[in-house]
Amino acid sequence: MREVCITVSPHLPLDTRSKNLIAAAPSAGIEGLRGARVSDLYFVRGELSDADINRLCADILADPAAHDVAWAEPVTSVPAVESSSGQIIEVAYLPGVMDPLALQLQRAAQEIGLSPIEAATGTRYELDAPADCLQLLIERLLYNATVQRFAIGRIDPQFAESASGGEGRVESVALDGLDDAALVSLSKTRLLSLSVDEMRTIQAHFASQGRAPTDVELEMLAQTWSEHCCHKTFKAIIEYTDADGKTEIIDGLLKSTIRKATEEINAPWVRSAFVDNAGVIAFDDNWDLSFKVETHNHPSALEPFGGANTGVGGVIRDIMGVSARPIAVTDVLCFGPQDLPFEQLPSGALHPRRVQEGVVSGIQDYGNKFGLPTVAGAVYYDPGYTANPLVFAGCVGIAPKGSHPTGTLPGDRVIVLGGRTGRDGLHGATFSSDALAHDTGQVAGTAVQIGNPIVQKDVMELLLRARDAKLYHAITDCGAGGLSSAVGEMAQQSGGVEVELAQVPLKYPGLLPWEIWLSEAQERMVIAIPASNWPAIQALCEDWDVEATDIGTFTESGKVVVNYADKTVADLDLIFLHDGLPRLNLKAVSGKAKSSDYQKLLYQYALEPGDYNAHLLRLLSHPNIASKQAIIHRYDHEVRAGTVVKPLAGKGGPSDATVIKPIETPGHNRGFALGIGVATCTTDNTAFDPVCEAINNVIAVGADPNQIAILDNFCWGDPKSPEQLGLLVKTAKKAAESAIWHKAPFISGKDSLNNTYIDRDGSRTNIPGMLVVSAIGILPDVTKAITIDFKTPGNRVYALASTTNLNAEGVISLPEYDQLFRLIQEGIIVACHDAYEGGFVLAAAEMCVASQLGLAITEHPFKNLGWIKESDRTIGWFGVITDCLIVEAKTEISDDEFIYIGRVTAEPRLVINPPGDKTPIIDLPVSELTAAFKREGKYAQ
Amino acid sequence: MKPLALILHASGTNRDQDVAQALELAGAQACIVHVNAILRGQQRLSDAQMLVLPGGFSYGDALGAGKLMALDLQTYLADSLQEFVATGKPVIGICNGFQALVKADVLPGWDDLPRAASLVNNEGGNFYCGWVTLRPEPNSVCLWTRNLAQPIECPVAHGEGRFTVCDPGVLDRLRANGQIALTYDGFNPNGSQADIAGICNVAGNVLGLMPHPEDHVHPWQHPEHTRGVTAGSGLPLFEAGVRAVK
Repeated sequence: MREVCITVSPHLPLDTRSKNLIAAAPSAGIEGLRGARVSDLYFVRGELSDADINRLCADILADPAAHDVAWAEPVTSVPAVESSSGQIIEVAYLPGVMDPLALQLQRAAQEIGLSPIEAATGTRYELDAPADCLQLLIERLLYNATVQRFAIGRIDPQFAESASGGEGRVESVALDGLDDAALVSLSKTRLLSLSVDEMRTIQAHFASQGRAPTDVELEMLAQTWSEHCCHKTFKAIIEYTDADGKTEIIDGLLKSTIRKATEEINAPWVRSAFVDNAGVIAFDDNWDLSFKVETHNHPSALEPFGGANTGVGGVIRDIMGVSARPIAVTDVLCFGPQDLPFEQLPSGALHPRRVQEGVVSGIQDYGNKFGLPTVAGAVYYDPGYTANPLVFAGCVGIAPKGSHPTGTLPGDRVIVLGGRTGRDGLHGATFSSDALAHDTGQVAGTAVQIGNPIVQKDVMELLLRARDAKLYHAITDCGAGGLSSAVGEMAQQSGGVEVELAQVPLKYPGLLPWEIWLSEAQERMVIAIPASNWPAIQALCEDWDVEATDIGTFTESGKVVVNYADKTVADLDLIFLHDGLPRLNLKAVSGKAKSSDYQKLLYQYALEPGDYNAHLLRLLSHPNIASKQAIIHRYDHEVRAGTVVKPLAGKGGPSDATVIKPIETPGHNRGFALGIGVATCTTDNTAFDPVCEAINNVIAVGADPNQIAILDNFCWGDPKSPEQLGLLVKTAKKAAESAIWHKAPFISGKDSLNNTYIDRDGSRTNIPGMLVVSAIGILPDVTKAITIDFKTPGNRVYALASTTNLNAEGVISLPEYDQLFRLIQEGIIVACHDAYEGGFVLAAAEMCVASQLGLAITEHPFKNLGWIKESDRTIGWFGVITDCLIVEAKTEISDDEFIYIGRVTAEPRLVINPPGDKTPIIDLPVSELTAAFKREGKYAQ
Repeated sequence: MKPLALILHASGTNRDQDVAQALELAGAQACIVHVNAILRGQQRLSDAQMLVLPGGFSYGDALGAGKLMALDLQTYLADSLQEFVATGKPVIGICNGFQALVKADVLPGWDDLPRAASLVNNEGGNFYCGWVTLRPEPNSVCLWTRNLAQPIECPVAHGEGRFTVCDPGVLDRLRANGQIALTYDGFNPNGSQADIAGICNVAGNVLGLMPHPEDHVHPWQHPEHTRGVTAGSGLPLFEAGVRAVK
């Protein structure tokens, strides 16, 4: 074996990884790191001469313009080697973690004619630091125990195959005679996340069959019945008691709120809602658009890069699962405060700064490499998300109308395509359905993975061609629950399936049958094809370097039969599997919930009279409102040449929504807008309406108000808590009402519950419940899209706002939206911005920042509300306002609903001055507003 | 007849559709071809009048951006590529394609000084996507850029785009040969030496550049189009390439 070390040449400026590490130490609470040099390590094993190694280095590993290279037989097991610059720490992946670099190195070595090698990679840190800060450096910056290991000194490389275990071994799990306590304990030790009721149901089922379940069967039931896979809370029977003590029975929360809204609106352009991997709407005469948003919270808490990375990969597969080509990615992120003192960090949690850096890098890596513009998003900071961050990843796809087949037939072959199966991602579905504890990282480490976007992109290219050639009858992605979930779901259409697990291609030997069946290894898709199409699929696989394997047959036996080397390891009744889960009965009460810290702050600013200039500057520089440009520039938002309205508008202002023109449809100017609405939802804050926010955002860039579809993503705490569930009920009801008001149907959604953190002392903390609404709206002509920046000095500015603003709730009616849309199409309205968090004044300030022009407000925007100073409720001005759009018009608008408030000025100043008053309420130069918004100068973090 | 532009697709290529659109608008017939199809002899480079190495992350940019694509060029396509270049046909490598051309020694293409330059991690440390202005160098021999009348405004989107030379003499030689085709005007997004955004070979038919002119061929792609700003289309660059086909 040889170890190759690649270091950036000392004659070049210190490489950025090393620089970043030195810069990151103080903010990680570590003093004393004086210097660092980061090098890449490659371990190779095989029949290699010294000359071969030299070629490997020269032809593949080292860039002569940038690198120094050295290789040696590695010296292992040397503790704490002192290098010239101090301490050496080496870090490598745990066995079984995806390492695309090692795979590519193996491939490349063969390409230059070397005999086959095995490769592994690592990172070396040479640190000039006192020994006493080494441990903190390792813990806080250098490695993550969930996916990596480290050595002080030299690391002993482990090659993929060393991850081995038993083979073909199946365990029979005796349930007979177990009492409730024993059943609960069994569920816990096997990480099944099943309740005692569910365990009893399984016990009774197998008792009636006169046998014990196998581990494969038990694992498959736990996965299929997990909250993550079947959303049992949203299907439960809920007894809800409202604030007045009135009780109602809710027969399925999703069915009676969100889905009911969609049925009531009954929009003719909705192609598919809630029945498939993603919602689908009509785009033009020939194409449909699909949209899905997923969450990946628990994995991102444990391993932020891998968690967010595979979150994006997973939602892209959802779009591939409706036979569409993915064309854009969205992301909404919730983190703890970036400046949280380390002493306040809950045990076992990663610091929010590290979580953010990892999550952003993970999204960047997958989206950019897959070649998708990452275009719409939000970042929300609140202490409630410190131990349990939230990552919402969304994807839009496009497919020819009617091209997505959905009918598995008996006799179809079960084909698995793409990545190989490994021990990665075991128990993802069940672990994400439980609370996150301080030791979850150690217990469920294998649940977290790292993606390989290139493999998935090849699979996508292949599948598009297979779709166009009509080679498959049905398609599903392998997400949570792996093959068990994908094949189990597809089997419902034909009425059964029989699978041979020994056929499944593995990353390394030694997986147990249940591990193969449940593995959540990434980048895999399953298709059902008639046997006669197998040669055509194989030919496509040759073209695109994709691995495909025939692993079984869809049947109509009513059974899921899983074999391993001809021995049956699972034989489950399909009806019991999918419908045997006892329905949950839950209680919910309308409790008084806490506002999030951020909301409290908004209300404080809103309600405290005083120095309004200072209020505005504090709002603009608040992390939740301030510019997200540092993140936006790390995502490729231009690839696919169709980003018409970018995430940043004008001269660096925040866009309300982005507009995309798909490259697949060059014949016309039709496009679509993507907008996001977020709110931590509590019973007190009815003014926060993320449905309205998301819809207003797409309308503000010029989307047709009559063609907007929305997605819901609820992230909540423990649903077994009646107060938590009560909030969820109330929020779902309000979201449905708002959707109906706007005639915007929900087409897809996903909930993530049990976002609860259990600290070492056993205390449980629920996250502030979060509803993210993602809107997709059609623009008939993208060249008519507008942005938030003011265009021309002298232009009139109007507010389209609530007429009865006393409780700051929205009431813009559909005819008013239609009028706004017409005025945008006619080119009369040239800028528009939706006011929400931070209120009316903040929105006006952002329009100034985005244009570097001024605004003089001389009339107040609210018909029934006075100037800030006169009003006892300044909330609409400063706190939060729903349904208030500020527009700039080229000519006068003679419509009573558009309230004239002032003019755009060449002098870059925001002035709010009631007529006759000597002193303005607000008077600030745009340069000051910009510095605050971009957190520059005295506003720097 | 429209000239045939062959767009080479490897695992991880992703701006192939973008450049195909730009070339079609510029009057070429664009054809996206997988490297595998060339290896198996199903397609030949010599059938095309233009060759494009598009943007993306070929092979995931494992072991350095464009490195493994460069290895493909050197291992499988060395002769046919060399012949294509030698006949003077227009070749363009954009972003990942530029990285591959540099690492495969097609650019700057000096036999006496291999690997004279490279593209390394951005000075800012991160991937960066944003718009830049490109100045066509007036004394360049590059057939793609030498007659461009206006600067190009277009996005960059890369993590390893900092043009670096192995010694300062390389810059002098590039200048003397007219091999510097495009420079960043004003904002330099990656810390490239001498603000270099694109270089060509000595003959001027092979252009490599980090930015993406193919992503600015419609007025509505410009970030300030809603303010009426639509200057700096990237289309003339592709039109120049198409015109150069003999």
